[in-house]
Amino acid sequence: MTPHMLTRSLDRGATIFLAVVAACGILIPLSNLLLPAGSFLQVPTYLVALWGKYVCYAILALAIDLIWGYCGILSLGHGAFFALGGYAMGMYLMRQIGTRGVYGNPILPDFMVFLNYSKLPWYWYGFDMFWFAALMVLVVPGLLAFCFGWLAFRSRVTGVYLSIITQAMTYALLLAFFRNDFGFGGNNGLTDFKDILGFNVQAEGTRAALFALSCLALIAGFLICRAIVSSKLGKVLIAVRDAESRTRFLGYRVESYKLFVFTVSACMAGVAGALYVPQVGIINPSEFAPGNSIEAVIWVAVGGRGTLVGAALGAVVVNYAKTFFTSGVLAPYWLFMLGALFILVTLLLPKGIVGTFNAWWAQSKEKRNAATMASAAAEDGVTEPKMAE
Amino acid sequence: MNVMDNRATSAMLYLDGVHVSFDGFHAINNLSLTLEPGEMRAIIGPNGAGKTTMMDIITGKTKPDEGTVLFDGVTDLTRLDETRIAELGIGRKFQKPTVFESQTVQDNLLLALNVDHSVKGTLFWRGSKAESERIDKVLETIRLTDARNRLAGSLSHGQKQWLEIGMLLAQDPKLLLVDEPVAGMTDVETHLTAELLKEINKTHTVMVVEHDMTFVRELGVKVTCLHEGTVLAEGTIDQVSSNERVIEVYLGR
Repeated sequence: MTPHMLTRSLDRGATIFLAVVAACGILIPLSNLLLPAGSFLQVPTYLVALWGKYVCYAILALAIDLIWGYCGILSLGHGAFFALGGYAMGMYLMRQIGTRGVYGNPILPDFMVFLNYSKLPWYWYGFDMFWFAALMVLVVPGLLAFCFGWLAFRSRVTGVYLSIITQAMTYALLLAFFRNDFGFGGNNGLTDFKDILGFNVQAEGTRAALFALSCLALIAGFLICRAIVSSKLGKVLIAVRDAESRTRFLGYRVESYKLFVFTVSACMAGVAGALYVPQVGIINPSEFAPGNSIEAVIWVAVGGRGTLVGAALGAVVVNYAKTFFTSGVLAPYWLFMLGALFILVTLLLPKGIVGTFNAWWAQSKEKRNAATMASAAAEDGVTEPKMAE
Repeated sequence: MNVMDNRATSAMLYLDGVHVSFDGFHAINNLSLTLEPGEMRAIIGPNGAGKTTMMDIITGKTKPDEGTVLFDGVTDLTRLDETRIAELGIGRKFQKPTVFESQTVQDNLLLALNVDHSVKGTLFWRGSKAESERIDKVLETIRLTDARNRLAGSLSHGQKQWLEIGMLLAQDPKLLLVDEPVAGMTDVETHLTAELLKEINKTHTVMVVEHDMTFVRELGVKVTCLHEGTVLAEGTIDQVSSNERVIEVYLGR
């Protein structure tokens, strides 16, 4: 009975989650746009942008939970896929600036003029078209994940070794993107965006639309992850996580399964990054910092790995805490607090917030069921003699 | 022309002159062994005799340094990996029961069924009546019908052993390698397991590694005793257990 009830309570969790995200995605932009500024229920624009950032982080957390929570692949380099998606979007936004840049060059972004580029590097071709940039948001992280995963999983690199090489991957990209001659704006990254699809990125309406789109992407990402983990493939993923070699001896090509989820996850992270960039207005190499990827893993651990809802919740909760604490006197201690949080969650709540809640819910439900059954049995005991009469 | 002509041997499993060493330790030393189709063979021998290593070689986990390992007369197993060998039809039960603990008994069997194991096949999988009937049948055989929705991790040790045998049945391989199936079982469970294996042997070729001599005797099949990675004696249980060398290195006086 227990597993069945677990899935049912999870289903309820999923419904609540989807309803909350959809409500936020509709109500927050409406309140921001329709209610008079400064009124009690009006969500100020800065908050729309801030929460939009959290929603993007939630998508990244979902992507990590798909591979870590269900397949046991602990990637400490997922920030790289997020940043690559962000750069792809940033390149589109740069090319939209056109002659409105400081140097007014219709083709070359400002930093290229400044660095004496004579023409646009080939890999910037096509990014003036939105559909191409949108495709690259998926293709670039997906392709990197596919190549990286193909090499790593086929050579059976697992556990902590895989985590270390994913860190190395994101660090290598950090160093590469820092270089001015790499062609992505070096240290400063890409910024000063003007408009997206013809709409001013700073405008309230655009921000509200981007927020709504981020919520939509979170819902879509959640539904995709859920479809994957509740299919038979999801059972294989859990089997790989729990007993990899056993799964091989049953005739499953474990590396193909890992490669599939790793690539899907990287694409999702890319989408998160692409939605993040127009909302924060900048993308620079610091997004590749190894620390960012580790932080994202902590969100998932706090929320509860292998629950999907927990990952998204963890991302929002930890980032809200981050915003709260880094703006006060406690700011210099934030990293210590984050580290302490991770240790405490690992020791006291190894299943995370949602995982612990699910376990508690299933247990209390079982108790209630047992109680009703016992009372029903007692009633039967009373009625039975009467029946005999 | 007969197709059988391509076969190097009529045996289901054919090992010849197999050597494996780990850091200078000769785990398997000139091992030669033949299993006929439909046969059940019991493998005995002291710890470190190379029983598990032999199974590792057959299932592709370990590559031999030299020697021939042929499956079904045609396939060289030394060139293939675990997944490919499992697909060919060799199933394995591990010494320590290895089931997917966080999934239900039913799902464990579902995962073991020898259906499409590709990523695409499992992503778009829809259960069929034939599949659920097969699972029902296996559940009945291993006496776990009532526990079908329980998590495999909550089963008793003996039940886990049976679930793993059930997974082998669902996999329906041509050759079953069963490593210590009755370790940690009660006498009744041991007896039932012997019955189960005999039943399975009616349609499958089986190789059983076991220390429990009562159990081996109950199986009533040809016995091979391994020692220091090579065959020490082979024959009926009575022949093998009366062999001087076997008594000396394994059974004790």
